[in-house]
Amino acid sequence: MGFFNYVMRRFALALPTLFGVSVICFTLTYLLPGNPAMVKAGPFATPEHLAEMEHQMGLDRPFPEQYYRYVSGIFKGDLGESASTGRPVSQDFLQRLPATLELNLASLLIAIVIGLPLGVLSAVHRDTLIDHIGRVVGIMGVAMPSFLTGLLFVYVFFYMLNLAPSPLGRLGPGIEPPAHITGLYVIDSLLTGNWTTLRSSLNQLMLPAATLGLSAIAPVARMVRSTMLEILESDYIKAAWAAGLPRRTVIYRDALRNALIPVITISGIVFGFLMAGNAVVESVFSWPGIGNYAVTALLTKDSAPIQSFILFVAVTCVMVNLAVDIAYGLVDPRIRFS
Amino acid sequence: MTELLEISDLTVHFEINQGAIEAVDHINLTIRRGEVLGLVGESGSGKSVTSFAILRLIRPPGRVSGSVHFDGVDLGRLSEEEMRRMRGAKIAMVSQTPRTALNPLLTVGKQISRLLMVHAGLSPREADKKMLEMLRLVRIPAPEKRAKQYPHQLSGGMCQRIMIAMALATSPQLLLADEPTTGLDVSIAAKILDLLRELSAKTGAAIMLVTHDLGVVAEICDRVAVMHAGQVVECAPVRELFHNPAHPYTKALVRSIPRVDRDVVLEPIPGSVPSLVNPPSGCRYAGRCEWVMDRCRVARPTMIEAGPGHVVACYGFEERRGTC
Ligand SMILES: Nc1ncnc2c1ncn2[C@@H]1O[C@H](COP(=O)(O)OP(=O)(O)OP(=O)(O)O)[C@@H](O)[C@H]1O
Ligand SMILES: [Mg+2]
Repeated sequence: MGFFNYVMRRFALALPTLFGVSVICFTLTYLLPGNPAMVKAGPFATPEHLAEMEHQMGLDRPFPEQYYRYVSGIFKGDLGESASTGRPVSQDFLQRLPATLELNLASLLIAIVIGLPLGVLSAVHRDTLIDHIGRVVGIMGVAMPSFLTGLLFVYVFFYMLNLAPSPLGRLGPGIEPPAHITGLYVIDSLLTGNWTTLRSSLNQLMLPAATLGLSAIAPVARMVRSTMLEILESDYIKAAWAAGLPRRTVIYRDALRNALIPVITISGIVFGFLMAGNAVVESVFSWPGIGNYAVTALLTKDSAPIQSFILFVAVTCVMVNLAVDIAYGLVDPRIRFS
Repeated sequence: MTELLEISDLTVHFEINQGAIEAVDHINLTIRRGEVLGLVGESGSGKSVTSFAILRLIRPPGRVSGSVHFDGVDLGRLSEEEMRRMRGAKIAMVSQTPRTALNPLLTVGKQISRLLMVHAGLSPREADKKMLEMLRLVRIPAPEKRAKQYPHQLSGGMCQRIMIAMALATSPQLLLADEPTTGLDVSIAAKILDLLRELSAKTGAAIMLVTHDLGVVAEICDRVAVMHAGQVVECAPVRELFHNPAHPYTKALVRSIPRVDRDVVLEPIPGSVPSLVNPPSGCRYAGRCEWVMDRCRVARPTMIEAGPGHVVACYGFEERRGTC
């Protein structure tokens, strides 16, 4: 009962944030230079035609009414129309979303699989060689812009060593996508036992995921390190040493388990971080996801996709944070039982 | 027969940028089997550091020298693994902070029973049985229910009982109780102290009771060691210490105990604990002492006999005794 209330409370707290996000998103495009009616009517439209167009699109209505239409449109799944593809943005989005999810999840996995142990080791062996190496790797990962790492990876692993396939999309040439179940090629081909496709999709995924993941290793490792250090200094860890518990129990059970609670939050933050960084990486690797879509839209001043992309990233962040709060409650008895 | 614990010349330094914090300075102490020794001193006098040093749990930048013999065994010579098996099994600790010293993610029952599994090699079922027995022993009502709860669901007094149950579960010979009653209200504190005394009598465990409260000492200790700024200045049986304090610091401490039978104004101890960063040689109480002489600032007084089982380190006391 307590936990259900907790979840509902978290959910209620997310609503104002979502409202704020939608207002900001809408205001941004409202204030942005450029007239969507002009884009739609074409460069040679007469002023009368333009006014007619504005009226049709509701652009001559007061701001609150426009906002209302915009929001109710979103609830009906109407995100506007892309001027360049001529299709509803929601349709384009749905089609491209799995590609982005696959890339981001793979990157998050890489960041956690490397960053978590790195952070733990750096904390346990504080100020030793391991700690310093971890710090250098972390700084490099953050300091290198993703497009540069991406290009470097392509140059070394594709061009020089020929270990990776050409950086063009999610599957090698001539490979058929697997049957659609989740839309994530790796998972779908695993589920259907389609090994050729699995191999190809993993090959294609490798470099972009490494590029994006690399930028997130440092934040993960640093945050794990600092929470772990804090916990290693806590009273209950001191008491655990004093009670003669074996070292691996103290560090890898007691301390690490307590440190994992903040790590859940970190994953949430990092996922948001990856969402933002993914546009660049998708462009470099011609990854057919929504980041790439937004970049293309930006270059062609196609406002509906841009607006939707911002909204999407923001909503994803809010949702991920909500999920994180709930996961927190599941792991931490102090929340579960209060 | 050797004493249970013999501390000789134990010194703990913490290296920091400005020099070294001399938290514990050449202290000598013995604890006999089954006795309750009080270790008294103001905050920052090095009481907790001493307990941690006994367990060999001082980590860099801390440096320890001197020796600690437990039951005739030089703890400094044990391997890390041998030392670990001592901790919690033969020498247990009850912490200053009961609430935060329990792991928030484990039920209190599990925290006790896993120690029994580690140190006594019990099976999970046996450990649980013994754990419930311990909870009953420290008078936790409804132990089956409490055992399944998490630390944050229990009161401070309850947590301290859990800590005591945990410490005594493995029948240690020595219990280092670091201010076991801080943060508890008076009546609960009294109950915890009674419990400690009773259990030590029952199990034969000796206790080193760390506290800054002489009232607590009067209640349950057999002997008292008085610590000031990292040095032990006086050590005596408890009655002797209260009736014949020899060191000016002890005298001041005794005078500052609130008493119901005497209606006197409390006298605070003048001055404060001196800085432990690169402290001067000589007596560290010199700056606050009413008896201070030139030699006090130069050399450190050694322990001399002041009565039966009563030792003190004070030049002023030496001179005065000579004259009367
Ligand atoms: N890890 C450490 N690094 C540096 N200095 C330390 C460390 N641990 C303890 N000290 C110093 O050692 C001195 C003694 O501390 P200790 O905790 O033993 O005091 P205490 O007598 O237990 O006081 P209290 O009654 O407040 O618990 C203090 O001055 C403290 O600053
Ligand atoms: Mg202390």
